[in-house]
Amino acid sequence: MTRSVVVTGIGVVAPTGLGTEEFWSAARAGRDGIGPVGLFDAAGYPARLAGEVTGFEAADHLPGRLLPQTDRMTRLALVAADWALADAAVRPGEPPALGMGVSTAASAGGFEFGQRQLRNLWSEGPGHVSAYQSFAWFYAVNTGQISIRNGMKGPSGVVVSDGAGGLDAIAQARRRLRGDARLMLSGGVDGTICPWGWVAHLAGGRISTRDDPETAYLPFDPRAAGHVPGEGGAMLVLEERRAALERGAPRVYGEIAGYAATFDPAPGRGREPALRRAIEIALSDAGAAPDEVGVVFADAAAVPELDRAEADAITAVFGPGAVPVTAPKTATGRLLAGAGSLDVAAALLCMRDGVIPPTAKVRPAADYRLDLVTGRARPARVRAALVLARGAGGFNSALVLRSGAAEDDQRQEAR
Amino acid sequence: MTDRTMTLDDLRRILLEEAGAGEGADLDGDILDTDFGDLGYDSIALLETASRLNRDYEVEIDTAVEARTPRQLLDVVNAA
Repeated sequence: MTRSVVVTGIGVVAPTGLGTEEFWSAARAGRDGIGPVGLFDAAGYPARLAGEVTGFEAADHLPGRLLPQTDRMTRLALVAADWALADAAVRPGEPPALGMGVSTAASAGGFEFGQRQLRNLWSEGPGHVSAYQSFAWFYAVNTGQISIRNGMKGPSGVVVSDGAGGLDAIAQARRRLRGDARLMLSGGVDGTICPWGWVAHLAGGRISTRDDPETAYLPFDPRAAGHVPGEGGAMLVLEERRAALERGAPRVYGEIAGYAATFDPAPGRGREPALRRAIEIALSDAGAAPDEVGVVFADAAAVPELDRAEADAITAVFGPGAVPVTAPKTATGRLLAGAGSLDVAAALLCMRDGVIPPTAKVRPAADYRLDLVTGRARPARVRAALVLARGAGGFNSALVLRSGAAEDDQRQEAR
Repeated sequence: MTDRTMTLDDLRRILLEEAGAGEGADLDGDILDTDFGDLGYDSIALLETASRLNRDYEVEIDTAVEARTPRQLLDVVNAA
């Protein structure tokens, strides 16, 4: 029998809140975290809005030793990891170091750090490039730093699959827990809000150039015109269910019940995008029928043809308007590899509290045939949730969660 | 900045700027003969520090890693 892998800790750093409960109360209220770029002067660029994490003072949370060697997104990831471990009440040395691993996702690595060092190289010379550049820019840096800080020496790695990575990293952690690992810290905390990152976003052609936070990022809306980039994400503590109960984990948020990743056919072939298949395989992996799923957290690209592809995939599996769909990321922007992980956190909290957070600001186009939760949060008893995330270039990932309450029920049935 | 002598306070300041506050030891204490490892500085922290010393003091320290303590590092820089 395959082992049940559950989430026992959550750490969130988001444009709408530092810490899980601050983020979650903002998400339920539909409070907006998008505003003018403040991390650099974006006045001369075509896109000028971002979802930035505000009020974050790294020195308040991390030792001075780590500051010269970390990009901003690594600092955010380290703090999210600390909070997730504290939430799960993991004590140092228990489980053993070799049984604890780290699995993160990244889209670009420490771009802002890298940009500064490239500037030093070309304006001052090689002697002015930081020795820390050797790893601070790197995709795997968050995994490495989290591993070192917390003495987690078990199976570790990084997944790079653009925006799908926030789900793929969690799936990789689940695989490790079905092997030798006892506990995995997993998720994505990402962000490249600096000139170098910004021109990369612009070159991708999917970002909104509107200046009004109310209308800049509107997936499934007739006014959709691209997305607003954001920074942040979530780290989760994952454990095999029995091991979590044995060590006395304070709570089980839910189970990573099913997962699938697919890749789109080459453009121009006229073949269906592969997102529907990802949903179907993930449901099958979870042993879940579509009608068990009480909410879908959408990828929500806000590019009309991508919204169309996603809406078609959802309605093909569930039927038109048959399942509530939401995209709370309209209030945070798209967090690259952080997006899927933050949506997993939101989906777990949604099941815990029986409330679906709204898709802020959006007035959906009827022809998508989605039951999009807009305006206010919607009370709902949700036992299983589906989270979708896509990455540029053809990545599709789908992850099915079952609620902690369902776990309790199963345990009672087993008695 | 040639002919400038580096003091222990200069080194403290540069360590803090380049590699941050070490974990496990107080830089303000008597650290002249304390191993950099015990001050919380690993080889890459020393590489970063050496790079700064090479710029500020116009020395050419290949591997500050060979200097295990602040006293040894000061000797290397001030002898150059």
